[in-house]
Amino acid sequence: MRSAEQPSVPGEGTAGVASSRRGPAEGEQPAALLAEFPTAEAMVEAAGGLRRAGYRKWDAHSPFPVHGLERAMGIRPTRLPWLVLLAGVAGAAAAIGLQWWTNAVDYPMRISGKPLFSLPANIPVAFELVILFSALAAFFGVLALNRMPQFGHAVFASPRFRRASSDGFFLSVEADDPQFDALRTRQLLESLGATAVEACPQPAGGGTVPGAVYWIVATSIVLALMPPLAVAWYRAVPKSSPRIHPISDMDFQPKYKAQSASGLFADGRAMRPALPHTVARGRWPADEALYRGTREGQPVGRFPLPVTMELMRRGRQRYEIYCAACHGLAGDGDGMVSLRALQREEPNWVPPVALHEERIRRQPVGQLFRTITHGVRTMPAYGPQIPVEDRWAIVLYVRALQRSQHARLEDVPEERREQLR
Amino acid sequence: MLGRQDLGSITQTVSAIVERPTPRAWYVAMALSLSLTLVLAASVVYLIITGVGVWGNNMPMAWGWPIVNFVFWIGIGHAGTLISAILFLFRQKWRTSINRAAEAMTVFAVACAGLFPAIHVGRIWLVYWLAPYPNQMRLWPNFRSPLVWDMVAISTYGMVSVLFWYLGMIPDLATLRDRATDWRRRLAYGLLALGWRGSARHWHRYERGYLLLAALATPLVLSVHSVVSCDFAVAVLPGWHTTLFPPYFVAGAIFSGFGMVVTLLVPARAFFGLKDLITPRHLENMNKIILATSCMVAYSYSIEWFMAWYSGNSYEQFAHLNRALGPYAWAYWTMLVCNAVVPHLFWFKRCRTTPWIMWIVAVLVNVGMWMERFVIVITSLSRDFLPSSWGLFRPTLVDAAMLAGSFGLFFTLFLLFCRFVPMVAMAELKAVLPAAHQPAGSGG
Repeated sequence: MRSAEQPSVPGEGTAGVASSRRGPAEGEQPAALLAEFPTAEAMVEAAGGLRRAGYRKWDAHSPFPVHGLERAMGIRPTRLPWLVLLAGVAGAAAAIGLQWWTNAVDYPMRISGKPLFSLPANIPVAFELVILFSALAAFFGVLALNRMPQFGHAVFASPRFRRASSDGFFLSVEADDPQFDALRTRQLLESLGATAVEACPQPAGGGTVPGAVYWIVATSIVLALMPPLAVAWYRAVPKSSPRIHPISDMDFQPKYKAQSASGLFADGRAMRPALPHTVARGRWPADEALYRGTREGQPVGRFPLPVTMELMRRGRQRYEIYCAACHGLAGDGDGMVSLRALQREEPNWVPPVALHEERIRRQPVGQLFRTITHGVRTMPAYGPQIPVEDRWAIVLYVRALQRSQHARLEDVPEERREQLR
Repeated sequence: MLGRQDLGSITQTVSAIVERPTPRAWYVAMALSLSLTLVLAASVVYLIITGVGVWGNNMPMAWGWPIVNFVFWIGIGHAGTLISAILFLFRQKWRTSINRAAEAMTVFAVACAGLFPAIHVGRIWLVYWLAPYPNQMRLWPNFRSPLVWDMVAISTYGMVSVLFWYLGMIPDLATLRDRATDWRRRLAYGLLALGWRGSARHWHRYERGYLLLAALATPLVLSVHSVVSCDFAVAVLPGWHTTLFPPYFVAGAIFSGFGMVVTLLVPARAFFGLKDLITPRHLENMNKIILATSCMVAYSYSIEWFMAWYSGNSYEQFAHLNRALGPYAWAYWTMLVCNAVVPHLFWFKRCRTTPWIMWIVAVLVNVGMWMERFVIVITSLSRDFLPSSWGLFRPTLVDAAMLAGSFGLFFTLFLLFCRFVPMVAMAELKAVLPAAHQPAGSGG
């Protein structure tokens, strides 16, 4: 049994980070007593003895977790698993709640006719958030329950204590313990098999982390806050100069818009007047009835081109390409697109009209032509896609469809009337 | 462990790697990998300034090498978590020598992987649109999209890997702090060690926390590559749309990850003098896992063929014939030889225990697994339903520079790790020393 060595030489302690320690002055109460043991086994036995002696504020230090020490010291199972469980449940609730609220409530997104909220699609994100929340709770739970980071502690004052992270086994008794008495505790530790007992001085005022570290951290935080503050400032304060536009994306495109100026042409206009002897598309003035479906501004009631079987066949073919998808093959307004949109409960869908409505049937052919050309409500304009003659052909076929649903017996050829009976 | 190791000698062996003067070879290796990293940085800057057109990606190959590289790197990371978490839960004590390096590999591989989808979005300054945050457009991400699952899975994986790695390292950082002789090391390691003092009460919570993290990381690692595979499997493309993908991807990830661990550790243990701690037994065990996962991957390849035939779907059948006989047949057969044939050398004990043989096999496994991702991504996209929209993929110089540069980033980080952080988990190693178990008997 060696007696205690002299307290540490100033500045030699390991400390949490760097040292600014001094030895205890004569007669000063030490902050803790540190006892070294040769093996883990000896430390565990001594820990049992210290516990039986009724000490409360003491600890064991070893380079690896010594099993059996927990029972010898009477350490109760940690609350950590419960914290992790709570965090996991919170993660699941947060993930399911987030997905439900964003995709089903705040901005309902109907995808492929699936229900707005269905658990299977939400499992992956919920699973990952359960793991994330639990892992954060496990990590920060260990740190918080261990009161870490704690850079300053009495035991760090001892140079001998450096071996606690390599191959040394120590018990430390804090002076706050009601049983603590510098002399008697030292004797107890020695009798329990300590190879050395050392008094750790009271931590000197001031931190163990150099002040420069705090300055560096504070400066970094201030510097890191500057860009977002600058952004907020520029966004909030009105300025006469143009806004800073760091990423232009495609906001500025090298092209001319209608009515803009251009230095390329003598008249300074980007828009060019029509060349002499040319006619722009859709501007042909000669045959108003054919090209616009009107005469002196009023829709025409007669077809401006010869009605033939050829035109009718063409109209049927074009109708089934361009119109049937919405209006249905028979013009009932039950095309596939419309049925699908209604099935999916698309919020903005306006169902196409049935072409057999009285209102539509009464419209002059010129009106139908104009509707196809320019569109109406949500129906887009088909003028740019379908040539003029084909549009008239479609109008003709629509008339035939309307007739088919409101036919009289006289409309059927005589030789066929027999079949209807 | 080999030789007469005790507590002090473990501390000495492992800490010495960090404490002795930097070897010249380290500078040479660092110069090489750092210049590759600079190539990566330069090509990323060029890409961001110019636009994604500098890649070979173009319709129909919307996912080119960036996604191949992403899946490759994320797979590499999985072996690290497997070694550190799953083998920990199975109480495989041999893992303690290699788990630190393997976890580091995970963290660095996830860093390399995360880079690619981030720059693949094109306008990287809008990448935060992936996250659900209240915005003036009042839009939210579509949580039915596997790409959103992917973002959540990869970021969770990266964060949990870092936490797991760091928590395991705290006691060892304290060891380096206590051995530090100059104030800079004491300050740096001291700050990182968070004032760890080996307290029994701390160890108690620490062990429980570590166990919990391992238990959380285990399902996580299985979920991450399953989610990555959903990026493909949820699409309707022939060759992608199959329920086999999640287990197939997980097996492939572990396979490629162990290939990378062996590739890294065989030279590292020789160079850093860790042959007593990372023994032939460790290498042999890892080679056995490579052999087992190679068989799983080969099984998946054959099941893909079976499903293509069994489905009766002509597109699916064509996709597989096209893989084996089409314009990318060379990639398919390279993949098959490297992944399903070469690892069978490990049936022979001599191959499992001879470092140079296993190193060559491991490198080939890495090549094969990169090819596997290439085959999956490129062949399926290049020829899908409509022959009129078929196209071939031609990588550009930037593609090649980024692949090479990502290896540079990975090795740069790994070299920094070897130089500044304890490469072997000292505290864990000490706990499995035979001597460490005596107190358990007497103490209770």
